[in-house]
Amino acid sequence: MSAIAPSRTEVRRLIVRARRLDVLFVALGIVALGIGFATFVALFLDMLIDGWSRLRPEFFTQFPSRRAGQAGILSAWVGTLLVMIVTACVAVPLGVAAGIYLEEYAPKNWVTDLIEINITNLAGVPSIVYGLLALGLFVYAFGLGQSVQTAGLTLALLILPVVIVATREAIRSIPGMIREGAYAVGATRWQTVKDHIIPYSTPGILTGVIIGMSRAIGETAPIITIGALTFIAFLPPPPVTGDFPFLSFEWLSAPFTVMPIQMFNWTSRPDPAFHANAAAAGTILVFMTLAMNALAIWLRFRLRKNIKW
Amino acid sequence: MDSASAIDAPRGARLPTVVSDRLAKKYSRNLKERAIEALLFLAAFVSVFTTAGIVYILVKESVVFFSQVPILDFLTDRQWTPLFDDAHYGIRVLLSGTITSSVVALLVAIPLGTTIAVYLSEFASPRAREVAKPVLELLSGVPTIVYGYFALLFVTPLLQALIPSLPGFNLLSAGIVMGIMIVPYVASISEDAMRAVPMSLREGSFAMGATRLQTAMKVVVPAATSGIAAAYILGISRAVGETMILAVAAGMQPNLTFNPLEPAATITAYIVQVALGDLPHGSVGYQTIFAAGLSLLLLTLMFNLIGFWMRRRYREVY
Repeated sequence: MSAIAPSRTEVRRLIVRARRLDVLFVALGIVALGIGFATFVALFLDMLIDGWSRLRPEFFTQFPSRRAGQAGILSAWVGTLLVMIVTACVAVPLGVAAGIYLEEYAPKNWVTDLIEINITNLAGVPSIVYGLLALGLFVYAFGLGQSVQTAGLTLALLILPVVIVATREAIRSIPGMIREGAYAVGATRWQTVKDHIIPYSTPGILTGVIIGMSRAIGETAPIITIGALTFIAFLPPPPVTGDFPFLSFEWLSAPFTVMPIQMFNWTSRPDPAFHANAAAAGTILVFMTLAMNALAIWLRFRLRKNIKW
Repeated sequence: MDSASAIDAPRGARLPTVVSDRLAKKYSRNLKERAIEALLFLAAFVSVFTTAGIVYILVKESVVFFSQVPILDFLTDRQWTPLFDDAHYGIRVLLSGTITSSVVALLVAIPLGTTIAVYLSEFASPRAREVAKPVLELLSGVPTIVYGYFALLFVTPLLQALIPSLPGFNLLSAGIVMGIMIVPYVASISEDAMRAVPMSLREGSFAMGATRLQTAMKVVVPAATSGIAAAYILGISRAVGETMILAVAAGMQPNLTFNPLEPAATITAYIVQVALGDLPHGSVGYQTIFAAGLSLLLLTLMFNLIGFWMRRRYREVY
């Protein structure tokens, strides 16, 4: 009997060993997290150091060039800005409307199920497949060309699931009594949505939109697939003109390049002088996505703090 | 008209009612409500159109491709040379690159991601979790082209110091960086699964005298197995669909190999390579990217379906 039951000192030893393993695992967890953070820091510092010599005001005002020292990102950042405008104009109304429909209107039937399955599924489709869709549909079937509008539409489809999911989550956190209150004073469904649901869910929707846009800004593969040019030494026509009607939409169908493609182009050149340009472009790109993500996190944090239903 | 108030009215005369006319159902208002609902529905239905569009485009172009290239050759040929005169279309060549790089990525992401998930869910204080999770999210928000640059110009030289024979393009450094990229993804889904395990199970374990690590490994992780497995599978799907890291750091040379120390093109890198060239619309070479895309879609779809199925399973247990 006493041979089977461990003695008191043996139990103590077991406990000490188990405790030590606990501490060891905490250390392991911190190391694992540290590897993640260290990678991020290494990545950012490496690019900042490599690209520092190129991060000058001229870098933003010069077109790409065959000489690495004179090349800049003017056409790239303008292209990114224009594409993002198209993306936001398409993805935000569509995504918010879809989210509202699914949360406030959708009946429980197979059509709703179909839509929901599709959204979950689309979130998992590789981005390059969206590029193939755009190439076959927007470029060749609709004849939109390898232009700003094609890229904007492609990225809009890509981030649509993100916007829809964020909208739904924001709407779901509004308690039912808000809706009941609105209905009780005779509001219609749309009036309830327009005057209550949308205003109260705006911060949440905004968070989702910003995260989606930060993803779209860095997307390279689908835009390469639709055949964006990598060397563009001119700007699209300006949206505002001197003549009546003062607005021009020619920029929508102009050829373009964007930041990540410019960076890819410079990275894949064998000449190391261009790698410095790639590093500078990458630093700006990371900085932009970081800023957008930080804004989203801050918004979410504020949202959780301020609203107490 | 207003039938409810007309029922009790003697000889059809209307009684004065408290219900004003303004509350009666208005035709125009009803129409507006219906129109808005229809518009919102259409917006939601865009997702169905997108899926249909993807399937239609990929299948349409692939059908043309497979009418010229027998599907058996596509699956069994050991060469991938669609742009040469002596064209061969063996998807296995590209698949080998995709599989090798994904395996490397998973060898990095699974241990790191699982450790982080267990640590955050079972050990970390709520405060530490509040800080760590958003920072991890930032890691997954970095554009993949930036990771590609990092793999090619930082990790590869670092690895070359350890393995002098390593070529400038290789699957190893691309795979490692890709693994780091999907760590947040694996960690956050596994952590969700672990936190869904009811507290009573942990309390029972603690009451029996188990330590935190024993509780985590023998109670929480087994209870969350299907959710953790789902995280791994969704991670695989991410790795398989990843493009830019591989296009930049692994080279675009088709190479039937399972050796991560060699350069090799993946399915995604091949699509990028063709898109960068200027193949005429309608040529077989152009259609190969749609056939490759269809293979990619089927591959990720399979993983996603298994992943979603497993995620749903663990939700139903409790």
